[in-house]
Amino acid sequence: MFRFTLRRILQVVPTIVVVALLIFVIFSVVPGTFAASLFADGKRAADPQMIARLNEEFGLNKPLMERFVTYVTDLARFDLGTSFRTRQPVVDLINDRMGASLQLAVAAMAFAIVVGVPLGFLAALRPGSILDTVTMIGAVSGLSMPQFWLGLLMMYLFALQLNWLPSFGYGDGSLRNLILPAVTLGVTPLALLARTTRAGVLDVLNADFIRTAHSKGMSEAKVVRWHVARNSLVLIVTTVGLQFGSLIGQAVVIEKLFAWPGIGSLLVDSVAIRDIPVVQGTILVIVLWFLIINTAVDLVYAAIDPRIKQE
Amino acid sequence: MRLGFNFWLGATLTALVILAGILAQWIAPFDPVLDADLMSSELPPDATFWFGTDGQGRDVYTRILYGAQISLTVGIVSQVINSIIGVTLGMTAGYWGGWWDDLVNGLTNVMLAIPSLIFALAVMAVLGPGLPSLLIALGLTNWSWTCRIARSSTLSLKSQGYVQAAQTLGYGDLRIMFTQVLPNMMGPILVMATLGMGSAVLSEAALSFLGLGIQPPFPSWGSMLTDARQLIQLAPWAALFPGLAIFLSVLGFNLLGDGLRDSLDPHMRTRKP
Repeated sequence: MFRFTLRRILQVVPTIVVVALLIFVIFSVVPGTFAASLFADGKRAADPQMIARLNEEFGLNKPLMERFVTYVTDLARFDLGTSFRTRQPVVDLINDRMGASLQLAVAAMAFAIVVGVPLGFLAALRPGSILDTVTMIGAVSGLSMPQFWLGLLMMYLFALQLNWLPSFGYGDGSLRNLILPAVTLGVTPLALLARTTRAGVLDVLNADFIRTAHSKGMSEAKVVRWHVARNSLVLIVTTVGLQFGSLIGQAVVIEKLFAWPGIGSLLVDSVAIRDIPVVQGTILVIVLWFLIINTAVDLVYAAIDPRIKQE
Repeated sequence: MRLGFNFWLGATLTALVILAGILAQWIAPFDPVLDADLMSSELPPDATFWFGTDGQGRDVYTRILYGAQISLTVGIVSQVINSIIGVTLGMTAGYWGGWWDDLVNGLTNVMLAIPSLIFALAVMAVLGPGLPSLLIALGLTNWSWTCRIARSSTLSLKSQGYVQAAQTLGYGDLRIMFTQVLPNMMGPILVMATLGMGSAVLSEAALSFLGLGIQPPFPSWGSMLTDARQLIQLAPWAALFPGLAIFLSVLGFNLLGDGLRDSLDPHMRTRKP
């Protein structure tokens, strides 16, 4: 187990290095300089002096190789650069926003697991029942729905019409402010979890060891708790891990919709004003976060299912 | 091939979207951009304005019909780019193996490590907003799964008799790949592209909603929702219908893709995460 853990953790390093290189390449091959687009407001051309000053300050006019070396050495010291706009270190900007984003992501995933897994489980135990049909129609719909639209409709209904919940903002971290964004963000993983859980449980129910358990006189409840639940867990854990990627992506839109002060809305705002150091840094942090979660999921996976690590 | 209810529902919804896009300029009662009239803004749905009007007095129904053109263009073009990249890399990796296979595998893993909407956002940040940037951004984003499927299909097809026969006859590698391997894995690739259209339409809507995709006044379903958000108290219908259009068209692509997959390969129902 120790060797497996170590190997899996070490695999993250090359991936994150390549992602960092990829981000540098994407933002360096761009036609025209960022300084020019930063000051252009669409009405008049940017002041050449301002562009020159910014290029000078951020070393944007240095040769590509030199900029690359600076980028890599800064990264190695966990320095993500300085914002074009506010002149604050990108690391500080991200640190300020990290808590709110984590809170939202964890709340959304918790909601999806708490509702989605039992629904899928019950649907599988009674295939063809009304609950099963409704769950599956709901799951297919949830996967095809633009989440931000659902969020908009819920904001209209629960915040503006019924006045039950605040319509947007962080509200000093109060739980009432968290509910709408978390439910909105949790809908897609919920739909997928319900569907995967159902499929996984149905597979397990048809397995030979379930028939054996039944034939040796084990009670129905015990079979479900002892064999079915444990064996479906692997699939559920994998789904949760894979879903974190799209959840983090979607969080960007949901944070913007509900004016949630996380790194997602920081990213969108920075893209809009072309504050490239912040965009680069935010993306890198998001990818790192995603890789850490996936590695953790793999480790949990191996701990649950001893067949995995013997590959 | 047995096609179920879901497939036909998906096919019907998809056909409706395609018809709306093609016929928009003949069946739409108004102009999507020019027929703005502040005197008739925020009107609820009635006999003239079937889905009501938006904050600038434009007919929501008309704009939804024209919006189908943008969604379809984005969906189709991005999936063609995705499939070309994915198939080319996956097929050559599976066929040639060796260092090229390792390189493609590494690249696929890196792409899978970046959430697709985040990657598309990064490309949009570099290229700036607009339809061409959207097509490039979404075309470069989602090829990893296609690549994996093309690679594994090629690996299994390589050991088939007719491929080995072609090798014995001295056919070139590229000729074998394009005449023997590719036609035999078109099914799964087509399924991936259909399912990919759904996610491309969703991504386009999200990016346009954020103001980074299609720019106003052009009627993209996503940017219509941005406008509607400001006025949701006054004109909730302007938010309801564009979202419904996105939902039904994505549902159509997803059901169509699922139905195709089940009928092509009833045994191996791969679950796309």
